[in-house]
Amino acid sequence: MATVGQACLILALLTCAYGIGASLYGAIAGRRDWVDSGRRAVYALAVLATAAFVILESAFLRSDFHYSVVATHSSTTTPTFYKAAAAWSSQQGSLLLWVWLLSLWSSLVLFLVRRRLRDVAPYATAVLLGFGAFFTSLLIFAATPFETVAAAPAEGTGLNPLLRHPSMMIHPPMLYSGYTLWAIPFAFAIGALVVRRVDADWIRATRRFALAAWFFLGVGILLGARWSYAELGWGGYWAWDPVENASLLPWLTGTAFLHSVMVQEKRGMLKVWNVSLVLATGTLAILGTFLVRSGILDSIHAFGASTLGVPFVSLIGLMIAGSVALIVTRRDSLRSEHRLDSLLSREAVFLGNNLVLVGLAFVVFWGTFFPLISEAVTGEKAAVGPPWFDRYTVPLALVLVLLSGIGPVIAWRRATLANARRNFLWPVGAAVVTLALLIAFGVTSNVAAVTMFAFGAFVVAVVGQEVARGVSARRAMASEGPARALVSLVRRNRRRYGGYTVHVGMAVLFVGVAASTAFQHARDVRLSPTQSATIGGYQITYQRATARADYRGDRLERVALGAVLDVKRNGKHVTTLRTERGYYPSTAAFASGSIVQGIFDGDATSEVGMKAGLTRDLWTAIRPDPEYLNKVIDALVVKTRNQPIDQQFKVVGNLLGTYKQGAFPAQFRLISSPLVTWIWLGGIIVFAGGLIALWPAPDAARRRVTAGYAGRVARELGRA
Amino acid sequence: MDVLAPLLVIALLGVVVWLVTGPLRAGATAAEDVDAARREDLEAAKEAKYREIRDAELDLRTGKLSEDDWRAIDRELRAEAMELLRRLDELG
Repeated sequence: MATVGQACLILALLTCAYGIGASLYGAIAGRRDWVDSGRRAVYALAVLATAAFVILESAFLRSDFHYSVVATHSSTTTPTFYKAAAAWSSQQGSLLLWVWLLSLWSSLVLFLVRRRLRDVAPYATAVLLGFGAFFTSLLIFAATPFETVAAAPAEGTGLNPLLRHPSMMIHPPMLYSGYTLWAIPFAFAIGALVVRRVDADWIRATRRFALAAWFFLGVGILLGARWSYAELGWGGYWAWDPVENASLLPWLTGTAFLHSVMVQEKRGMLKVWNVSLVLATGTLAILGTFLVRSGILDSIHAFGASTLGVPFVSLIGLMIAGSVALIVTRRDSLRSEHRLDSLLSREAVFLGNNLVLVGLAFVVFWGTFFPLISEAVTGEKAAVGPPWFDRYTVPLALVLVLLSGIGPVIAWRRATLANARRNFLWPVGAAVVTLALLIAFGVTSNVAAVTMFAFGAFVVAVVGQEVARGVSARRAMASEGPARALVSLVRRNRRRYGGYTVHVGMAVLFVGVAASTAFQHARDVRLSPTQSATIGGYQITYQRATARADYRGDRLERVALGAVLDVKRNGKHVTTLRTERGYYPSTAAFASGSIVQGIFDGDATSEVGMKAGLTRDLWTAIRPDPEYLNKVIDALVVKTRNQPIDQQFKVVGNLLGTYKQGAFPAQFRLISSPLVTWIWLGGIIVFAGGLIALWPAPDAARRRVTAGYAGRVARELGRA
Repeated sequence: MDVLAPLLVIALLGVVVWLVTGPLRAGATAAEDVDAARREDLEAAKEAKYREIRDAELDLRTGKLSEDDWRAIDRELRAEAMELLRRLDELG
């Protein structure tokens, strides 16, 4: 089937090339049949990419090691759940996933607009197929997933143990869905600029896709943060790692775009800004893919080599040059229809929100690429760390949260004093009360965090007030009960109330971030069994060591050395935590005949012992003391070097017994963080809001009637 | 498998060719429906305008627009919506 898979890719490339030619010819010659044929080339690409992806996935699920990519990224002992995910842990599989998702989303949008935007759509089709051609070319010429060997190895290398986490099954497809979905507004923006149809039509046609891109990218980022917190063993959820930052960049500019398009739709303003934002977001999505796959920047989770650098940089260069050329040559068509009436207006707040978001994106971009910039300028690679990022992002995040509270209640065009008093009195009161309570309880040590709490309360109060007023208005209009009125209100204004829900979620999330970073207690301690350490008022006692070997079939999959920890507060038992360090045997060392060496030469992961709560997380991770452990291992390696395999397994068993019984010291990282759960809860609220905004509006009334136009407008408005 | 692979590739090629040449086989006139496309664009614009009218009304009721501002905006938006209806009717 590898031949069929490879043929699918070649056919896909030819289909993309044909589709680009047919769409452009159809658009220029005014031939609808050729335009439709070009659109169908996208459907054909989806069929071919689906076939190729299914062939690759089935090879992974069957553990067919004739495929080089399967042999190097999976094994017979990899659980089935992770065998499916192993496909996109590889360079080749992830690029194929990219093409597959792109083809599906592109087919969907082009099907939905098949009778709309007839001037713009052919150029958008050509751009989308251009992306398809680029990625299928990489799959054919640089990173083919269908490379096979005549003699398949008996066993594969296995999936990187760090990736054996449930969120890793979903995280990459979410991120890639976000990246590929951003290609859609990018393509339509290019099409709109080419034909100089720069009104809000293309924005309306692709708005749901932009929102879906934002949604999926956000879910992917949050799952990545959760994975980092639960799996990487350092105790944090965000390390300003280049790959994390790469996904954040298009999310930030995309968030700015989703806000500023409202100004264009309402007032015909910010057209240059909007096309610039969406073109930048599309380019940053490609840059994000490049950073994950290239390994150009050192990252804890850049899973690729740098063989794809030249083609990616060429594509990014082409996208930037093309975007700039189109905007410059179309600047006359992009003039605003109105001017900003007042700095105290919703338009101005949206502009401020955009500047902050783009400012954040710039800070993240600069910090991420600083190693490359410094190398280019000074010849030495230097990196900036979390304190550098925090210095700039903390104040910008504060302003962003404040604006997310002001935006929903300030008037369009111009806010008056009476209007401001009516809308801001209660929310400002809520912020002041929160501040007073914090001061009263002595929470004053971190000004930025305390300010964030007050701003968070302001946002929640604003949205609460907005919903209450909306429900009240709805009840007055339709004589409905409060619950029914709330449902009707949200159902009829999904975009607005979905957006408000997102604002509440972001406020909750930022409060969680502020609290967990400002008021975190963290300690690295070395404990022997029965010894204790205190952290944030908790007494943690290393009760006993644990050790076990996990087998899958007759193959040793993992050796886990851990600890049972007893947690007390004020002398009372709170919980018992179990943390482990898992050692995955290295295949190479196995092949050399030394089981003991193989176990500790392979990959290692941390299983965190955690008690998560609404107010505080207690987080622990063990790292057996290498000084002691290495001595034991070295002695055992020497002792077992020439022994048969079954004898070596027996020695491993003895080692585990010795570890359990002995009093080996171990390194522990102990963290007590307040409100970490708020980050995940905030994320869930954000995405619930995103779903509300994404959900299709109720069927609009489309029936034609013969009454006067004013009457028809009134009637159709009442029906919808 | 050696025989099956070329057959599958030929079948896939056939599906692709059949799919993409469909509109060309049907001919230019069959694929052409300018009025339908225009109608779809106008319907979308109309729905967007209705949404704006509803938004403005909700802004008034939740205190973000003064009565005078709302009247001016509503009048303008309704005029634009009526113009869209007129253009839709012209398409028949």
